[in-house]
Formats: sequence, C-alpha cells, structure tokens
Amino acid sequence: MKHAPRLAAALATAAVLAACAPQTSDNSSSDKDEKTGTLRVWLFQEVSNKPKEKVVDSVLAAFEKAHEDTEVTVEYIPVETRAQRIKAAFNDPESAPDVIEYGNTDTAGYVKDGGLLDVTEEFGAWQEAKDTDATAKQSVTVDGKVYGAPYFVGVRALYYRTDVFEELGLDVPRTQAELISTAKEIRAAEPELYGLAVGGAYTYGAMPFVWANGGELATGKGGSYASAIDSAAAQKGIKAYTSLFGDDNCPAATCAGMGGNDTVTAFASGKAGMAIGGDFSHAAVEAGKVRGKYAVVPLPGVKAGEIAPAFAGGNNIGVLKSTSHRTLAVDLMKRLASKETQASMFDAMGFLPTFSDVRRQAAAKEPFVKPFADTLAAGTKFVPASPAWAQIDSSLVLPTMFQEIVSGKKSVAAASADAAKKMNDAFGSVG
Amino acid sequence: MTSVTHRKTWTPWLFLAPALVVLGGLLAYPIYQLGLISLFHYTQAQVSGGEPTTFEGFGNYAELFGDSQFWEVLLATVVFAAACVVSTLAVGCALAVLLTRVRALPRLALMLAALGAWATPAVTGSTVWLFLFDADFGPVNRVLGLGDHSWTYGRFSAFFLVLLEVVWCSFPFVMVTVYAGIRAVPGEVLEAASLDGASQWRIWRSVLAPILRPILVVVTIQSVIWDFKVFTQIYVMTNGGGIAGQNLVLNVYAYQKAFASSQYSLGSAIGVVMLLILLVVTLGYLRLLRRQGEEL
Repeated sequence: MKHAPRLAAALATAAVLAACAPQTSDNSSSDKDEKTGTLRVWLFQEVSNKPKEKVVDSVLAAFEKAHEDTEVTVEYIPVETRAQRIKAAFNDPESAPDVIEYGNTDTAGYVKDGGLLDVTEEFGAWQEAKDTDATAKQSVTVDGKVYGAPYFVGVRALYYRTDVFEELGLDVPRTQAELISTAKEIRAAEPELYGLAVGGAYTYGAMPFVWANGGELATGKGGSYASAIDSAAAQKGIKAYTSLFGDDNCPAATCAGMGGNDTVTAFASGKAGMAIGGDFSHAAVEAGKVRGKYAVVPLPGVKAGEIAPAFAGGNNIGVLKSTSHRTLAVDLMKRLASKETQASMFDAMGFLPTFSDVRRQAAAKEPFVKPFADTLAAGTKFVPASPAWAQIDSSLVLPTMFQEIVSGKKSVAAASADAAKKMNDAFGSVG
Repeated sequence: MTSVTHRKTWTPWLFLAPALVVLGGLLAYPIYQLGLISLFHYTQAQVSGGEPTTFEGFGNYAELFGDSQFWEVLLATVVFAAACVVSTLAVGCALAVLLTRVRALPRLALMLAALGAWATPAVTGSTVWLFLFDADFGPVNRVLGLGDHSWTYGRFSAFFLVLLEVVWCSFPFVMVTVYAGIRAVPGEVLEAASLDGASQWRIWRSVLAPILRPILVVVTIQSVIWDFKVFTQIYVMTNGGGIAGQNLVLNVYAYQKAFASSQYSLGSAIGVVMLLILLVVTLGYLRLLRRQGEEL
C-alpha cells in the first residue's frame, strides 16, 4: 500500500486535466424559431386526470390545425417528482420540453435557474391578459418581467361539519378568536374529533393567521427582501395558530408532523370538526365520509366580517428558454391558459380561473366556489418573489419554526427570530 | 523484493491495472468531484447555466462550521452511531455464541430469521417497523396498552425506534461472521477452558474474544462506517429528519442541503467532512490495534 499516495496523486492529476470546474449545462436561450415540427408539453398529473386530458387534447387539436406541419406531444408528470424532472429538463436542454406547467411559488427559483423564457412582450400584447387578476399576474412576474401565463389559482377556506355544529348548537365562527374557541368546544364535546385540524408542516394553512394579524413573511421588493416573520404582528398570528396544538384541539404528538394533505384527509374521513382546505380539496372531501355533511366559509379574520388573507396558490404555464420554437410555444402557452380553456378546465376539474370575469361566471354556476371566490376577492397574499423562497420552502424553515413552538422546544419569540435569521441568510445568499 | 529490476517492478502494476482503473473510475473520480464541487458556489442555478459558477475556496466549509445546527447534527450522529455499533455488536456476538450452543433445528430457525432480516431492503424494514409502532394502528401500542402514544414525537424515543431498526437489520452480518469465527476456534482450547472451570462470560472474554480479534475488528469498522452513514432508516422513519429536524443525522442533513434545497456545494462539503471523519476513525482504530501488536 505504500504506492497508494503516489497513485492517488497521479489519478488526481489526470482528473484535474479532465475537468477544472464542476459541470454546468449551456442553457442559453436558443436562437432558433422553427415554425414547424414537434413541440413537447409537460403538465401535472392530477388525482383524476381524465377530464384534464380531454380539455388539453381539444386545445392541442385546435393548435395543430392552426399551425401546419406541427405536432404536440404532451406528458403528464407526477406532482411529487416535478422538482427532479424540471431540474433535469434545465440541465439537459436537448431533451427538455417546450412548454411546462409549474407551481407559482417556483417562478422566481426557475427564473434564477435560467429555465424560463421572458414573455413580457407577448403577455402585454395578449388581449385576454388584461382581465388577469393582480395576484395571479404577480405570481408570473419577477423583477417586472413576465415569465408565463397564470393557469389557475387555488385558495384555502374553512371547511366545517354542519352536522357537528348543529348537534352541539355552535355558530359558524366570525372571528379568529371565535374560531379557536369553537375548535376547543368541539374537541371538549367530541374527544375523538380534532376541533380544527392543523398541521405543524402546513405552512399555507398557518400563514392566514399571521397575515390576518397584520404580519408578513417578508418585506421589500425587487429582489431584496428582509424577513418579517419575527415582527410583533407576525408573532401574534403565530401564537394564535400554535395555540391550536394541544390536547384541547389537535394533540401536538400527532399534529406537529402533519401537512396540509393530512389535515384534509383527517377532515374528509370524519376525524375533524373543521379544517383549512383549498378549492382543490373539494373533490377529496366529496369522496370522503363527510360528503353532504359539511359547508365552506372564508377563514375569518381578526375582526367580525373580515376575511383572513389567504395564500394565492396555483399553477402557471411557461415556455422554456431552450425551446427552438419560440413563436409556436408562446402561442401554445396562450391557448393552454386562455379564457376559453380555463372555463372548460373549471367545468372539468374545478380549477379556479385566473381571469376575474371568467371566475365570476364560474362562481355563478357552482355554489361551492363562492367562499373561495369571496376569499380571493377580499385580497390574497403571495410568497416573496425571490429565488430564495424555493430554498426557504425546501429547507422547511417555517415548518421547523411551527414545530419548535408546538413541541415546546422554543418560545414564539425565539423560534420566529431563528426562522427570520435563516430567511435573511437565504435572501442574502441570492443577492 | 530486494533485487528486482526496474522492469520487473511494473509487472504487478500491470496485473493490478484493471482493478485500479475500476477503482479510479468508481471511487477516486467521484470523490475528486465531491471535493471539487465543495469548493464552488454550486446550486441549481449554476448546474443549469442560469448563473456562472464561482470559486469559493473554503467558503462552504466556513459556512458549515459556523452553523450551530451542523455541530448539533454531528454530535447526534456520533452518539447515535456509537449506540448503534455497541448494540449491534452486543446483539450479534451474543446470538453468535448462542448459535454455537443450540441444536440444529433452533440454529436453523435463528439463522433463517437473521438472514430474512438481513435480506429485507432498508426501506421495507423501516416502513414495517414504523407500522409496528404506529400511533393509531400499531400492534405494539395495542399490546402494551399505550393508547395513541406517538413514538416518533419525542427526540430520544424516535432515535430509539430507529436504533431498534438499525440493530435489527445489521446484527445478522455480525452474527454470521462471528459465528464462522467461533467455529474455526479449535475445540480443545474451549474444552480446556471449561475444564479449568471458566464461566461462559470468562471464556468469551479471555479465550474467544482475543482469538476472534481480527474478525471483531472488521465487523466493528464495518458497523462504524454503516451506522455513521445511516440514511434510509432516519429518512423513512422520521419523515426526513423528525419534528423540527430533531432526528437529523449527517447523511440526511447532507441530502436535505444538497438535493432538497439544491445547495449541491454545501452538501458536498458535508460529504467531504463525513469522509474525513470516517477515515480518521478507521485509521486511528487500526493504529491502536497495531500498537497492541496485532497485524492485520
């Protein structure tokens, strides 16, 4: 083994000659703008995907008819593995799609990765775009430039069990304080139910409490943000949300680890008196045990009559920078996110349209949309449009904060100060 | 080897070449890349060409060592790995001795059970253990009458649960290896010891353990390396590191940094630190043995 160091040195030298820096892919925008050929589209695979496929197929048929000698192949990718798939697409432009559907919290991150095409000009010239609601537009905008078209929005509201409320003689809560006391009353009367199902990892269920109290995730604009999660107002909201963890509502031992889906599942299977669920959770709840025994209202704010600002989730359609069919791909993006497509997508899947007028029509047609439309109309919030958000989100800064508080490891002040520090580090590291 | 000519010294290298090429390609090159990446600022934006790659020197290491969470995770990893190694060796050696003292049928049964545990993929094993201790449906809580006690909520209780799984899936290797070693010990030695009136424990401590030393060294080092690098069990059983990251160990921590949040360079730095720690531990252990007059 005495030759080992020499050998290692020799190998290292050889390797240095082979590569002097880690590999990067050349993801500069393609200058080609071919007017014929095959376009590839990646859309998300939904729980029951058939109705979505039908709507998409009719859009693609119209597109292929309008552009001669073009063909579109569409692939439905699972939501859970989207991060890897899209990273892989950015790394290997050769096999990347032309058009993708993506979650709106990923916008800034993908722009920083250099993956999305700037379509500010086309979006501005698009007739329908003027009806896009402000929050939806914000979710495709980074530093004043537009990187896609909003596809649908998703907001959360309060689901509650009408049978439980009737039996216990409870009123629908009108303020946050009433919400918390009602939750505890339900638990006291029906110990096998969670009053309000909450989760330590359910960031977007917790944030309305912070926002309703006047707190913010971060303040700032245009790339430079500072965390505000430790402000007095935000701490008040965090305190309100974390007060829901405990044997008198949702025991910390089980609820600290729960995420949004877990709370909706608990509600759908009849294990909770109330839950914070999205319009997109409607199908899951309908399929559960509580079908016909629940109603939905906007999540109450601090004062009676107020609605707690909800997180404006949803997806966008974007064009990849590496596309070699720029004009065609942008046209396809517009068709996939058009008013007409969004209206039929609402009928097929229940996705809330991003155009205010289309959404009004939808709400008139389907009564279950009303509380969600009201929530949207009352004003929604969005995550900081910074690439740091993807990192803050994936390194679980906020779930860690909530879990530290509900498990009694840290006080609200200490945990929120730590979270603010981590957020600021992330904001700082992306410049 | 004293009078070999220059030409002859190349012959062994020629024979070693195929193995060295494979080792170089599969081991040295990845480690080199790991070290290289750890010196750059390398996130998803750099990989996909959104931003240029910048050389950071030891910036990633400075960030890592300045992070109090890293030290917490490192301490947890060392203590957890030590507990796993000790438990695995104790269980493995005890069962190996037991194997030599039972009749053919129970021996076969024990062997098969151990091999079954050994052959079970870590993900499957972890999921099954998690189910056994599930708060709502787990048989353990039902048998012990614990109601809906959550085993994964408390930090130590969650680590304990993972320790049980790690011991369960790694004791068979120790058991089988030590059993083979014991079989190779001449019967006369053991007979002489028992004629002298030595107890079971005494025989193990003064006769078997010294004879088995080289084998014990190998299984200890193996166990140290395995248990220090434990990933699947923690990742599956504590859902990626437990409530507020309380059950993170270095390997999972590196994964969370590198892949969950795409900070490949920081993840690489953690990997390099782990590699160095394991090298130091292994070399130190070997040196210690050498000084005691053992040649491996």
